[in-house]
Amino acid sequence: MCRTCGCSDQNHTHDHEHGADHPHDHTLAPGRRTVPLEQRVLERNDRLAADTRHRLRARGVVAVNLMSAPGAGKTSLLERTIRDIGDEVAIAVIEGDQATENDAERIRAAGARAVQINTGAGCHLDAAMVTRALAELDPDAGSIVIIENVGNLVCPALFDLGECARVVVAAVTDGDDKPEKYPHMFRAADVLLVNKIDLLPYVRFDVDRCISRARELNPRLRPIAVSATGGLGLATWYGWLRERVAEAHEVVATTP
Amino acid sequence: MHELGIAEEIVTIVTERTRGVRVTRIVLEIGTLCAVLPDAMRFCFDLATEGTVAEGARLEIVEIPGLARCRGCGASVALERPFGRCVCGGSDLDWQSGDELRIKEIEVA
Repeated sequence: MCRTCGCSDQNHTHDHEHGADHPHDHTLAPGRRTVPLEQRVLERNDRLAADTRHRLRARGVVAVNLMSAPGAGKTSLLERTIRDIGDEVAIAVIEGDQATENDAERIRAAGARAVQINTGAGCHLDAAMVTRALAELDPDAGSIVIIENVGNLVCPALFDLGECARVVVAAVTDGDDKPEKYPHMFRAADVLLVNKIDLLPYVRFDVDRCISRARELNPRLRPIAVSATGGLGLATWYGWLRERVAEAHEVVATTP
Repeated sequence: MHELGIAEEIVTIVTERTRGVRVTRIVLEIGTLCAVLPDAMRFCFDLATEGTVAEGARLEIVEIPGLARCRGCGASVALERPFGRCVCGGSDLDWQSGDELRIKEIEVA
């Protein structure tokens, strides 16, 4: 079969741009014809994300894709992070929710710039939404942009946003078997923040078990146990962010 | 339900490629390790194709089995779920196939 037009006649050439909506003057397979595409469905998203990553990298911007189930404490973690280290390094936030400006307002009240994306029926952010939000946010060179994804442990795992790292938050008020229930998310993450550890005396959650299950899926995952409201473990989280900032600055400094 | 967004992307891709010619069949390859469910995909496909060049098109899904290579010992490991263990006990697996999400071919009228 001819791979250009899909017809059964092998003995012809294509010397023109070959669309599907013009008449053929050579023998066609009768009726319908098959056209091979071999195209990745998320190719456009991934190309856009790669582009975004490249542009952010060139300006020394650290972009973090922050994901979790709803209610795990992503926004509280960001508010605290902005208050604690926002003077040291500029932090801006892209907020993804199906509806409302609530989270962007919380971030602004904490002292950082924020752009809210409302996805409507959408259950995740994609590269096009983040590219538009970044154009509006226009982050400073050398700053941190945290993209707070829609609360969902399934869909966001599939979509590259152009981030340099992925962080998943699991709260001890949820089950410690989240990693095996949502393997794609934990497999795609670089860091696992186990949040709300100040509540451990009141809940049945085995931190070690959660971490070992997650690392079984993803041996490169870096676990950090924190309490975003109480402050426990946050120094380690900030240390990880500072390492990313130092790396990003190093890339800019050493790129001709 | 990311399948709806994916179905819409499929419609966009085939509409661009066929430049308006009616599409009667789409063959989609979905890896078994990919977080896309064939049943949800079929449901969303009918919604997404409504009023487009692919309305009424048949969606054929080819499922691609999961296969990984153990980073510890190099053995091949068949995977039915997006995690597993090698016979050597290792769980650090490099996926070789099973996370595909690709339009293999389309049939146009």
